[in-house]
Amino acid sequence: MLTPLEIEALGLSLKVAVASVVFSLPLGLAAAWLLARRAFPGKSLVDGIIHLPLVVPPVVVGYALLVLFGRRGPVGAWLYDIFGVTIAFTWKGAAIAAAVMAFPLMVRAMRLSLEAVDRRLESAARTLGAGRIRAFLTITLPLMAPGILAGVVLAFARALGEFGATITFVSNIPGETRTLPIALYTLTQTPDGEAAAARLALIAVALALAAVIASEWLARRLARRLGGGA
Amino acid sequence: MIEVDIRRRLGDTCIDAAFTGAAGGITALFGRSGAGKTMIVNMLAGLERPDSGRIAVDGVTLFDSGAGIELAPEARRLGYVFQEGRLFPHMNVRRNLAYGMKGKDGTVAFDQVVDLLDLRPLLDRAPRTLSGGEKQRVAIGRALLASPRLLLMDEPLASLDGPRKAEILPFIERLRDEFAIPIVYVTHAMDEIVRLADTLVIVSGGAVAAVGAVEELMSRLDLRPLTGRYEAGSVLTLTVQGHDADAAVSRLAQDGLAVTVPLLDAPVGESIRIRIRARDVSLALRPPEDISILNVFAGTVTEVSDRKDGQVDVLVDIGATLWARVTRLAAQRLNLVPGQQVHALVRAAAIDRGSLGRRGKRVDG
Repeated sequence: MLTPLEIEALGLSLKVAVASVVFSLPLGLAAAWLLARRAFPGKSLVDGIIHLPLVVPPVVVGYALLVLFGRRGPVGAWLYDIFGVTIAFTWKGAAIAAAVMAFPLMVRAMRLSLEAVDRRLESAARTLGAGRIRAFLTITLPLMAPGILAGVVLAFARALGEFGATITFVSNIPGETRTLPIALYTLTQTPDGEAAAARLALIAVALALAAVIASEWLARRLARRLGGGA
Repeated sequence: MIEVDIRRRLGDTCIDAAFTGAAGGITALFGRSGAGKTMIVNMLAGLERPDSGRIAVDGVTLFDSGAGIELAPEARRLGYVFQEGRLFPHMNVRRNLAYGMKGKDGTVAFDQVVDLLDLRPLLDRAPRTLSGGEKQRVAIGRALLASPRLLLMDEPLASLDGPRKAEILPFIERLRDEFAIPIVYVTHAMDEIVRLADTLVIVSGGAVAAVGAVEELMSRLDLRPLTGRYEAGSVLTLTVQGHDADAAVSRLAQDGLAVTVPLLDAPVGESIRIRIRARDVSLALRPPEDISILNVFAGTVTEVSDRKDGQVDVLVDIGATLWARVTRLAAQRLNLVPGQQVHALVRAAAIDRGSLGRRGKRVDG
């Protein structure tokens, strides 16, 4: 049904997207909490930096990552010397590029849901003997779950579609960094590649549709649980 | 024993509250909206921090700015019933109730609280499906199950209509009588004070204007602007002596003072608090004969005070203090001055059900 090339691109895309979401979820939560609940100097600067990937050309983000994470870049050299890990031109780099590009979407959704949580409920939990952490885990987190879900789905979809930053940072290496969008792009540059490109495009649409339907289903279940308390 | 002495600046108002409450029983913080009552309770609970001062409950210091002590809210073990319930919307009633329980064997047993507050039919319901009164009952149960040293209640009935209020009040009385847990109760409703409070703390403009027994503070004319704004009156605590079902009256007495009221549903020997509104008290120089009024008390005028609206407030010592409000014309005709012997007349029917409070198995201390 699917050609080996399609399976490879699809599998790689899923791996990169899942890794990027798993990696950025705790960071996204922390950033959302910081922006929604804390006042600190330079807050608007932090907010701006987090939102930067949304407004600058993706190629710029990819270039910045290459400079930072390249073998001779400050972060890349350190990672290689200490852990022997190479980021540039590997699927890990593709996951980082996808995570950075999707981060503002994730933080935005989580921050909005956190701001909507009634803090008086947390106070009530504190008077019932719950410390800050227990109050957060048992009250705040469940109540912002729909926002976390929305953030994860948005980030996952954005990661699946990431192209510009990825191709700039980790190039177009078959089996390593040639994700679905890059494979599709490659096919459009190849003579007689139109039919194969159309098939990949359909796969991409089907994948995105499946993600949206799954998230809708999850959101309905969550809403029932949050309102129903069962 | 609750000891509070705290100060906090809030914009241009200043909270400066000092009072002590009994170990058992209900200490009521009474005052108009915006008087600072909720802020005081939030500082007790640790949700707001005083600028300076000290808070101690049963000898345990919760806050002491001098000694640098400030317990976190979760370490204070104070139950808090909020005006708007604040049930956790993502948990059913059972999980809401169990939230503050420590292990299986909390000092306060789950079944006992569920039965006391009649919560069994609600256990599997979601908070959003509950009525206002049911929500408050769950909120009270939840606070109680955390085995608190002290229960804080911030206008728990304010968001409820009359019938719902009447539904909750007996539960709060049972809390006081059966659990003997000290309660700090915030309200601006006089009927709740008469029904529930032992110690009254009158709060005005962020400061404590007076602290004392309800009976005592309610008969002080200098507090009239604070206590008597709507329905001035005196509060008497009496014991049920007997009932006369045919005549539809009950007889109450205390220290030689006997009062007849409409038939009560209360056992003989129970302590009952009644409130007699100043406008329901008439004064006469000679004991009247052949009239329908059942309560005639001989007494001495102790204090007379002109009101801005032309009426005159008169305090009469009848063994307890009775507050009467008469017109200036009547005061002049009867020559009402301190020392004057008078007879105070109170219609039994004027002492209605709404102004009665059961003082059942009260814990003194």
